[in-house]
Amino acid sequence: MERSEILETVRKLAVETLEVDGDAVVETAVFADDLDADSLDLVELVMALEEAFDISVPEEELEDIETVGQVIDLVQAKLG
Amino acid sequence: MTLLEGKRLLITGVLTDKSIAFAVARTALEEGAHVVLTGAGRGLSLTQKVAQRLPEAPDVLEMDVNASDHIAAVAQDLRARWGEVDGVLHAIGFAPAECLGGDFLAADWESVAVALQTSAYSLAAIARGLGPVLADGASIVSLDFDARVAWPSYDWMGVAKAALESITRYCARELGPRGIRVNALAAGPLRTMAAKSIPGFERFEDAWSERAPLGWDITDPAPVAKMACVLLSDWSQAVTGELLHVDGGYHAMGA
Ligand SMILES: NC(=O)c1ccc[n+]([C@@H]2O[C@H](COP(=O)([O-])OP(=O)(O)OC[C@H]3O[C@@H](n4cnc5c(N)ncnc54)[C@H](O)[C@@H]3O)[C@@H](O)[C@H]2O)c1
Repeated sequence: MERSEILETVRKLAVETLEVDGDAVVETAVFADDLDADSLDLVELVMALEEAFDISVPEEELEDIETVGQVIDLVQAKLG
Repeated sequence: MTLLEGKRLLITGVLTDKSIAFAVARTALEEGAHVVLTGAGRGLSLTQKVAQRLPEAPDVLEMDVNASDHIAAVAQDLRARWGEVDGVLHAIGFAPAECLGGDFLAADWESVAVALQTSAYSLAAIARGLGPVLADGASIVSLDFDARVAWPSYDWMGVAKAALESITRYCARELGPRGIRVNALAAGPLRTMAAKSIPGFERFEDAWSERAPLGWDITDPAPVAKMACVLLSDWSQAVTGELLHVDGGYHAMGA
C-alpha cells in the first residue's frame, strides 16, 4: 500500500480519536508535542489502526513511536 | 462443570488487552461466568473497543469509581440485568505523577488524596454502593502490590496499597455476616498502562527475575487471572480478609 494511502487513513482516525485538525496530521508531526496525544491516546489510535488495516501491533512496538511517520512505517511493515 | 459456571461478575479496570482485568475477564468467561465490564473517563472508549476482543464481547458500563452516582447507576443496571451479583473485581489504581518517581516528600496532600481515593477508598465505595446487589456468598477481589515494605519510586501508590490491604480486611469484617468474602491479590510486576506510569519500573522487573524462585514473566498476567478466578469461585469459600501473593514466590525470599 502507498504511504500516502496509509497517511490518509491515519489522518482520518487521528481526527476521530485525538480530536485534532486533519491538517496537523503530517508525517513529521510529533504525537506528544504537535498532536497533544499522550500514551493513552496513542494506544487508542493504534487500536483503531489495527481494525482498519486488520493488523496486530503488540504494545512493545509502540514504545519508541514518536511521530506520525513512524506509525506509517509500522503499518507498512505489517502489511508487508 | 467449570469453575465459575453461571457466576455473574462485574469486572472493573479493563483498559487495554494488557490490563490484568482483561486477563481475568477472559479466564472468567472461559470458566463459564457472565461478565459485565466497567470503564471510566477517557478510558471508557478504549474499554468499549477492547471488550470486542473478549469472547462474547461483554457489555461495558461507565463507572468512575470516585463518582457515587456512577456506582449507584451500575448497581441499578445490575439489579435489572441479573437480580444479584456473585463477584466483583476491583482492578483500579491511579496516582498523579507527583505521587510517583522517587521524590516522596514532594507530593502535596491534594495529589495524595486523589491517589488514596481512587486506588484505596474506591474499594469501600464499591462495597457500599454495590453491597445491596451482592448475593450471599459473593466475592470481592482487589489487586494489590505488596505494601508491607517500601519500594523505589512506587511512593504514594504504595501507601495507597497499604490502605487498600487494610480496607480489604475491614470490608471482610463488615460483609462477612452475609457470607461475602473480600480478598486482596498481591501480583508481581506486569507491563500494563498503569505500570508504564511508574518511573523506573524496570527495577522491579530485574528484582523479580533475580529473586522469585518460580521465576516471573512480566508480560503474562495469566497466573494472576487464574488465582483471581479461584478467589471469585466457591473453591475459596472460607477465605476472607486474606492477602494472597501471586508473585512467583518473591515475597517469601529474603534476598
Ligand atoms: N501492573 C502491575 O505491575 C501491577 C501489580 C500489582 C497490582 N497492580 C494493580 O492492578 C490493578 C490494575 O492495573 P493494571 O496494571 O492492569 O493497569 P491498567 O492501566 O490496565 O488498569 C488500571 C485501571 O484503573 C482504572 N481507573 C483509573 N482511575 C479510575 C477511576 N477514577 N474510576 C474507575 N477506574 C479507574 C483505569 O481505567 C484502568 O482500567 C491496579 O490496582 C494496579 O495497581 C498492578
